[in-house]
Amino acid sequence: MPCVEFQGVSKIYSRQSREFFWRFLAEAFGGKKAAPLYALSGVDFRAESGEAVAVVGRNGAGKTTLLSLVAGLTVPEAGRVSVEGRVSPLLELGAGYHPDLTGRENVMINAAVLGLSRAESERCWDRIVDFAELHDSIDEPVRTYSQGMIMRLAFSVAVHVDPDILLVDEVLAVGDAPFQSKCIERLKEMKRQGAILLCVSHVNPLLREVCDRALWLENGRLRQQGPVEEVLVEYEQASGQLSAIS
Amino acid sequence: MTRSNLGYLLSTLILRDFKVRYRNMSLGIFWSLLNPLVMMAVLSFIFTRIYASESGKNYHLTVLTGLVAYSFFSLGWSSGTVSILANASLIKRVPVPREIIPLATVLANGMHFLIQVLLLLVLVLQAGIPANGMWVWLPVVLVLEAVFICGLSLAASALDVYFRDVRYIVESTNLVMFWLVPIFYSFAVIPEQYHWVYQYNPVAAVVILLRKILLEATIELRTIVNLAILSAGVFAAGLWIFRRMKPRFADYL
Repeated sequence: MPCVEFQGVSKIYSRQSREFFWRFLAEAFGGKKAAPLYALSGVDFRAESGEAVAVVGRNGAGKTTLLSLVAGLTVPEAGRVSVEGRVSPLLELGAGYHPDLTGRENVMINAAVLGLSRAESERCWDRIVDFAELHDSIDEPVRTYSQGMIMRLAFSVAVHVDPDILLVDEVLAVGDAPFQSKCIERLKEMKRQGAILLCVSHVNPLLREVCDRALWLENGRLRQQGPVEEVLVEYEQASGQLSAIS
Repeated sequence: MTRSNLGYLLSTLILRDFKVRYRNMSLGIFWSLLNPLVMMAVLSFIFTRIYASESGKNYHLTVLTGLVAYSFFSLGWSSGTVSILANASLIKRVPVPREIIPLATVLANGMHFLIQVLLLLVLVLQAGIPANGMWVWLPVVLVLEAVFICGLSLAASALDVYFRDVRYIVESTNLVMFWLVPIFYSFAVIPEQYHWVYQYNPVAAVVILLRKILLEATIELRTIVNLAILSAGVFAAGLWIFRRMKPRFADYL
């Protein structure tokens, strides 16, 4: 059974290169340690099979960091992340795609990277192209594609690898309304089949129709957790107040 | 990811490198043959007609074996070192077994190396030297060189993420290696006190072994064993370093 669980998870932003070496030396010789900036701080939650959880919050609240931890792309500084099941992340449009290769070639690479064998990739092939509606341009190099086309392709591959856990990070907005509806229908179907969905999105229908629960992250802390309608109402009120003040 | 899927992923990534390199050119894959062919033709011409050294009538073959083995080493290690940075978007966004990235890069270079070795074999036959039983050792030597370069690349690629100086250190080392590998001279002219430098240098060992197999129809078992031990050791060390450093790659890319 797929399952995602965070127990007291904290993640610190890594201070980047240029000063890295000098600060490392300074600290090694007893210099003052710089106060760490927390991307996530003491986050606890659990998602079970068949649940769709929305992750909301301002930009920089830690949403993508949370999804990265679920995908196993990085490790927390404190706490425990337990994930069971095959994860299919959609964190960036066309991550790992090479612009000079065709859609077909990129999809095969994408499928292999997500863990499919050659036989499995070839079996899903037709369904992937059908869902993405890209029959005409599938053999053109990806640099000729629009953002929307890349999103269709990436989304199509991500859902057809039959994942146990699907992570969607703000990519749906790029698609046109009909394709968004198609995606939402497909996400609902995956939920029925027992997958776990974690969605970061500003696309309201996605959040309200697909997701049951929501996590509200604020500056790395889990401010609220609960049924999606409740949390969204609070969240929108808070954001509305902020924009009213400015 | 299961074992067989890993193999498929590795071959997919190697093919990707290959396709991307020649994609927008009209002659495409033909260049992977043409480049080494031209290099070998020119060098053969120079070393048989123009600079005919007293080292014997097959001096051009001596130089070519050295050059081919060295360029696999140098190109393989250089591109392996920057491979993690070059695939940053993949590593940051998709959970792959990260070791596969430098391995695929080195082995993609290995494919070019293989083509050059085949052309070299053609040239050897054309020079009148028949194929001999020792040629069965060829795959062993080639695989050992690949293992060595993979080990170096695993270590260097991991370190390069945190210390971008590493790629420049690698470049400088390659320059030094160009002269520490007996490309333009044979092992025989080296003074005895420096023999150990060459015997413990895996790339030099590969060159010496290739020459022995192709041109002299002999084999030096002790050198092969040394090479095997060194390559395996470097690979194990490289893999260990890589595994220690890989969990935090995404934070620094």
